[in-house]
Amino acid sequence: MISYIIRRTIAALVLLLVVTAVTFGIFFILPKLAGQTADQLAQQYIGKNPTPEDIAAVKANLGLDQPVYVQYWDFVKGIVSGATYDLGPTTVRCDAPCFGYSFKDHIEVWPQLTERLPVTLSLAVGAAVLWLIGGIAAGVVSALKPGSFFDRSAMGVALAGVSLPMFFTGQLALLLFSYKLEIFGRTYVPFTENPSQWANTLFLPWCSLALLYSAIYARLTRSGMLETMSEDFIRTARAKGLRERKVVVRHGLRAALTPLVTVFGMDIGLLLGGAVITETVFSLHGIGEYAVQAITANDLPPILGVTLLAAFFVVFMNLVVDLLYATIDPRVRLS
Amino acid sequence: MTDLSKTGAAVGEPVRAGEPPRAFLEVRDLKVHFPTDDGLVKSVDGLSFQLEKGRTLGIVGESGSGKSVTSLAVMGLHRLGSRGKNVQMSGEIWLDGKELVSASPDEVRRMRGRQMAMIFQDPLSAMHPYYTVGNQIVEAYRVHNKVDKKTARRRAVELLDRVGIPEPNKRVDMYPHEFSGGMRQRAMIAMALVNNPELLIADEPTTALDVTVQAQILDLIRDLQKEFGSAVVIITHDLGVVAEIADDILVMYGGRCVERGPVDKIFYEPSHPYTWGLLGSMPRIDRAQTDRLIPVKGQPPSLINVPTGCAFNPRCPYADVPKGGITRTERPELHEVGGGHFTACHLSQEDRTRIWTEEIAPKL
Repeated sequence: MISYIIRRTIAALVLLLVVTAVTFGIFFILPKLAGQTADQLAQQYIGKNPTPEDIAAVKANLGLDQPVYVQYWDFVKGIVSGATYDLGPTTVRCDAPCFGYSFKDHIEVWPQLTERLPVTLSLAVGAAVLWLIGGIAAGVVSALKPGSFFDRSAMGVALAGVSLPMFFTGQLALLLFSYKLEIFGRTYVPFTENPSQWANTLFLPWCSLALLYSAIYARLTRSGMLETMSEDFIRTARAKGLRERKVVVRHGLRAALTPLVTVFGMDIGLLLGGAVITETVFSLHGIGEYAVQAITANDLPPILGVTLLAAFFVVFMNLVVDLLYATIDPRVRLS
Repeated sequence: MTDLSKTGAAVGEPVRAGEPPRAFLEVRDLKVHFPTDDGLVKSVDGLSFQLEKGRTLGIVGESGSGKSVTSLAVMGLHRLGSRGKNVQMSGEIWLDGKELVSASPDEVRRMRGRQMAMIFQDPLSAMHPYYTVGNQIVEAYRVHNKVDKKTARRRAVELLDRVGIPEPNKRVDMYPHEFSGGMRQRAMIAMALVNNPELLIADEPTTALDVTVQAQILDLIRDLQKEFGSAVVIITHDLGVVAEIADDILVMYGGRCVERGPVDKIFYEPSHPYTWGLLGSMPRIDRAQTDRLIPVKGQPPSLINVPTGCAFNPRCPYADVPKGGITRTERPELHEVGGGHFTACHLSQEDRTRIWTEEIAPKL
């Protein structure tokens, strides 16, 4: 067990290293494909009207004329031990973990990420609670009475939830409940400052995001329950004389939910890397919104930083799910 | 009840509906029909039998003959779940003086697992993969007994020991997939017996098992029956199994009983052409290897469009022996052909005896 965890952790670290290498490679090649020279890149770090000497100095200091592996090594070194950027007129110290320095905003990437992470985390966790409750409950009730009125309407709503884009439902909710009825606020307040205001602002984004995901989870739960409820062990449970509710929850749901854990781990991992559309629609200053800003501004270091953070969450959640699985399904052996 | 126990037969002549039961388990004119898009599936269509405590009834028949549906109907299991809502059921099932068809689902549920228990065919899929064997037995015990977990666990260990599982103290905390097939079926039996049921239904209990283990499991069921004095119904397509364990045999075909009687009668003086077919298709060690098995020709009948007359007539080699095509127009009723031995066949006594002694018996 312990050795399995250690091995999986090492594998996860290696995977992250590969992800950084690939991402870095892409972001190194992209400007070249776009026809940008090292001079132009260097110029972005300096103010207007730089002298050729300034550019040359910055280029040399930042290693922009070095081959890709040298630059990659500097980047990884920066994450581990911090880096110092000599930008000619100014020198910037970027502490470890240094995920780069935005040449557009002239600030380090990492503090931006840590500052925005609580917003994204609040959004993802709150929505997850809602969609797990809503999706699983709807799925179970639908599966117990397939073809019933509830089943048909729940699956209809689920279909709508999957097909309606967030920028439609989100905007609509915002317009109706925030601007028109003024029930919900629009300015994010950290949980630690004012929990009720925090929940009040996040309620609409939670619901919009949860509608989308609960639709998927309801369908997954429904098909899983339909399958398990026809298993032999359900018949055995009934043959014991158990009440039907216990049969459904203890025997049916227990087996039907196991595959959902994998999907859930993936979804949370992805969301923590930024709920791009939701954050943009509701003007939440989270990771996803940061990515959007960086992409629009063509600011490579923040994009690289967000990509790596997102990759970290996905890899990490996968590791967690794999470890959890051995507890959930005793047939899985960790070896 | 007294005259039945005198003859020792668990199968008696049909009793009119509504009368109080004369046997411990009495099924009267049971019909279980499932409406489908293609038509009404008559899985069980007028079945009657009786069974006393301490005796074993073997229900034999091919797939789709209605034997499993019968057992599920006795347990009240066929009407649970999303598919069970439309099932149409009539007739009477009396267990220990209580009628189950008209009883409320909750009444039947409270009897299930306590008074009547069931062993299923494939113990791997019949046990929950995520709970330990012990917990599953504990659950079965605690449904019907208000005891704490410790007491229930002791009971589980005791039963695992009784059904011959070595190191029950350790095994109780293991999962079904960590057991071998035979051990799993033993655990399944322990789970069924945990509340000392008076009726034990075993649906193909040995079919999924190794041949070497089959005999052990049958021995176990027989021993436990002696010990607990329960009534046992064994459902199987394997005549070898019933020969070993049953006191009486009921042969089902197309949802109806075509022949029933004491085990010796069925094996040595079978009276229905379908039973002859079953016996002829059974491999036997004392038969010359050059002799071929004789299969029952044709397909099992459709349960939606059951052949008119005798359901077996399209496959019966002797369908034209009785005069006037009666086998195709009139359904034969069960009638007694000897002490506690009933058959549903149009063949006359003389024809039957002649065909059996001249054509069938020499080939078996």
